[in-house]
Amino acid sequence: MSYEIIGITVLWTFLYGYVIVASIDFGAGFFSYYASVTGKGNVVKKVINRYLSPVWEVTNVFLIFFYIGLVGFFPEVSFYYGTALLVPGSIAVILLAIRGSYYAFHHYGSKARSWYQLLYGATGLLIPASLSTVFTISEGGYIEVAGPDVSLNYSALFTSSYSWAVILLAIVSVLYISACFLTFYAHKAGDQEAYAVLRKYALSWSAPTILASILVFWAMSSHNSVHFEKMLDLSWMFVLSFLFFLGAVYLIWKKKRPGISFILVMLQFAFAFYGYGAAHLPYLLYPYLTIYGSFTNDTMAITLIIAFLAGFFLLVPSLYLLMRLFLFNNDYVQGRK
Amino acid sequence: MFEYDPVLYSRILTGLTLAVHTIFSTLGVGVPLLIALAEWIGIKRNDDHYHLLAKRWARGYIITVAVGVVTGTAIALQLSLLWPKFMQVAGQTISLPLFLETFAFFFEAIFLGIYLYTWDRFKNKMYHLLLLIPAALGATASGFFITTVNSFMNAPLGFTYENGVLSNINPFAAMFNPATPTKVSHVLSSAYLTAAFVLAAISAVALLRGRNHVYHKKALHLSMTVAFVFAVTTALVGDLSGKYLANYQPEKLAAAEWHFETVEEASLILGGILEEDGEIKYALEIPYALSILAHGTPDAEVTGLEEFPEENWPPLVVHYMFDTMVGIGMALALISFLYLFFYKKKKWNPYNKPLLMMIAAGGPLAMIAIEAGWFFAEEGRQPWIIRGVMKTAEGATTSQNVDLMLYLFAALYLILIVSAAAVLIRTFKGNPAEKELEKTGLDRRDGDEL
Repeated sequence: MSYEIIGITVLWTFLYGYVIVASIDFGAGFFSYYASVTGKGNVVKKVINRYLSPVWEVTNVFLIFFYIGLVGFFPEVSFYYGTALLVPGSIAVILLAIRGSYYAFHHYGSKARSWYQLLYGATGLLIPASLSTVFTISEGGYIEVAGPDVSLNYSALFTSSYSWAVILLAIVSVLYISACFLTFYAHKAGDQEAYAVLRKYALSWSAPTILASILVFWAMSSHNSVHFEKMLDLSWMFVLSFLFFLGAVYLIWKKKRPGISFILVMLQFAFAFYGYGAAHLPYLLYPYLTIYGSFTNDTMAITLIIAFLAGFFLLVPSLYLLMRLFLFNNDYVQGRK
Repeated sequence: MFEYDPVLYSRILTGLTLAVHTIFSTLGVGVPLLIALAEWIGIKRNDDHYHLLAKRWARGYIITVAVGVVTGTAIALQLSLLWPKFMQVAGQTISLPLFLETFAFFFEAIFLGIYLYTWDRFKNKMYHLLLLIPAALGATASGFFITTVNSFMNAPLGFTYENGVLSNINPFAAMFNPATPTKVSHVLSSAYLTAAFVLAAISAVALLRGRNHVYHKKALHLSMTVAFVFAVTTALVGDLSGKYLANYQPEKLAAAEWHFETVEEASLILGGILEEDGEIKYALEIPYALSILAHGTPDAEVTGLEEFPEENWPPLVVHYMFDTMVGIGMALALISFLYLFFYKKKKWNPYNKPLLMMIAAGGPLAMIAIEAGWFFAEEGRQPWIIRGVMKTAEGATTSQNVDLMLYLFAALYLILIVSAAAVLIRTFKGNPAEKELEKTGLDRRDGDEL
């Protein structure tokens, strides 16, 4: 395997990790707010906070990791995306900043404030929408390159059916992934009331998720036919993804094996996400940047891969410890510790 | 305000983000050490006052960490959004420390999360303390790695750059450049010093308000001892940094000291005003001191600004930032020394009002010194973004709308700082240490010796 492929695979894996953990977090913010508006606040809030409190900081790192790795392995990316994404990038950063700090203010400050919760819930949906523009732009057609000048064509971006389809998919998937995880967590906590509420959320967001995915496929076929053709070549991955989806929804519906059902959700997104990514290669930004044209020098690539392996051996046991203490510890989950 | 110029606005926005981030990241590096010390002493002496101290410090710390994390995310992404061409070069040469910094941060985030939620989960309190060690190490390591990136910008090494093409890259040479040792040790020791002074100031204010509980005295003593140790370290490293500058970045030192002509037996200038014609008025001159600072002997020759083309001069206003940093640093060393001296002399009262007031002022002053030091370091590197390789203007974005982003971020930071301060004040005012001590029954240990 070439360094380029190793590099992009590592990064894609971190991005996948971010998609999962951030979705749980973003969706939880929304559900927590929605539940308190509809009078079920206290039922689900306890479950949500028990999970989120020790991990909110870690979520953010996945994104930074992906970004720093991307800049390190593919420095050319900085030039194109950095110049073009000033406004959407800054807005995403501002939303992330509001969300992160108000989470802490809300939970560690002396008194909880309801408008902190509103900020937290609203940003949970706006952030995936703003971050997903990066995926949209990567398909090409929204960036204009004239010599040293790179600019984003906002009217093309905002009038394109593809970009709206991606935003829609991002938001509904966040809600779906989050509801599925929280259903599992509530079940583990033995909190029947919260389980019933969250299970309803999970089931009601499942159909929109699949519909939005189909919409994205359809919109891509007209926007970037090269990428669409390549995705058809990998259609087995998307078929598998759909089967995992059916399995997950079936288990949640039948109230069976909530742990397995969340693993199926993760597999559903893993196959769709890696299938999408593999078909996107070799382009990082269609048609200007490929992973080969933008790769860093060999010395740095080897050093980064070694650093990554070393860091990996440090991180995996630490993450395992975190999960043992807070996610897979029945006493903690059930509120006895 | 100004005519639209993406370079100028990018510089202001970067400066603003870093100025805000520095407040929180300095505490982020320094405070875990003090929390760990408090908990360790608590275990060793079986003194619950120290446990409460660690707990209360951690409770405030987490609020500052949150703002530190989000402003850190902002600066990380702004590097690419505002300086895309700089990051193209940086990505080729120094992505290793950037990458490692994220690992360190990851490590810290995991263990800090565990630490904060396991106060009563382990029978042996030592296990809980052990969790703080990786968190503190992670905080220090991320400070270390990110400072090597900044060092590289001051003393670029480990590559050749010709006609816009980079070659012969050596990531380790880039990371361990000549600026790295002094910069890293100065950043770390001043962060410990500042965190200690900020925490000491909190205790001093409590004592000044007549809250005489031994808890506050223990807190004050611990933080002032740490402050003194790192005040001395910071001063020593500061002296080494002066010698580094004289050898590798003489134009920065010369600009800081308004030292125009290359002469021997150079004197150090404190304060003053620079007139249009290059005359310095109202300044205090210390003979030979600059030669000693630069090369360690009173008769050494110190390079003046005249040796450099004027377009490569740093802005001369850095003189005031340098003076502020050094002046406050000296004052902090003196205050912490006085406290310890009074404390050792059995008959003298270390809690006398003037001394407590000085300690209380020391907290904010230390933060001002950190800001002044960073502004000196960064402005003193102008007009280069990578000294001798790339001018700041060449690295900036060409994008429109940087002005709009500046206003948005300025509003964001204002809101964040005001909210964080309000939350911190509310958290501690409503629940003072005395009340918590009473509630937990710790008050009976009141008569303990220090």
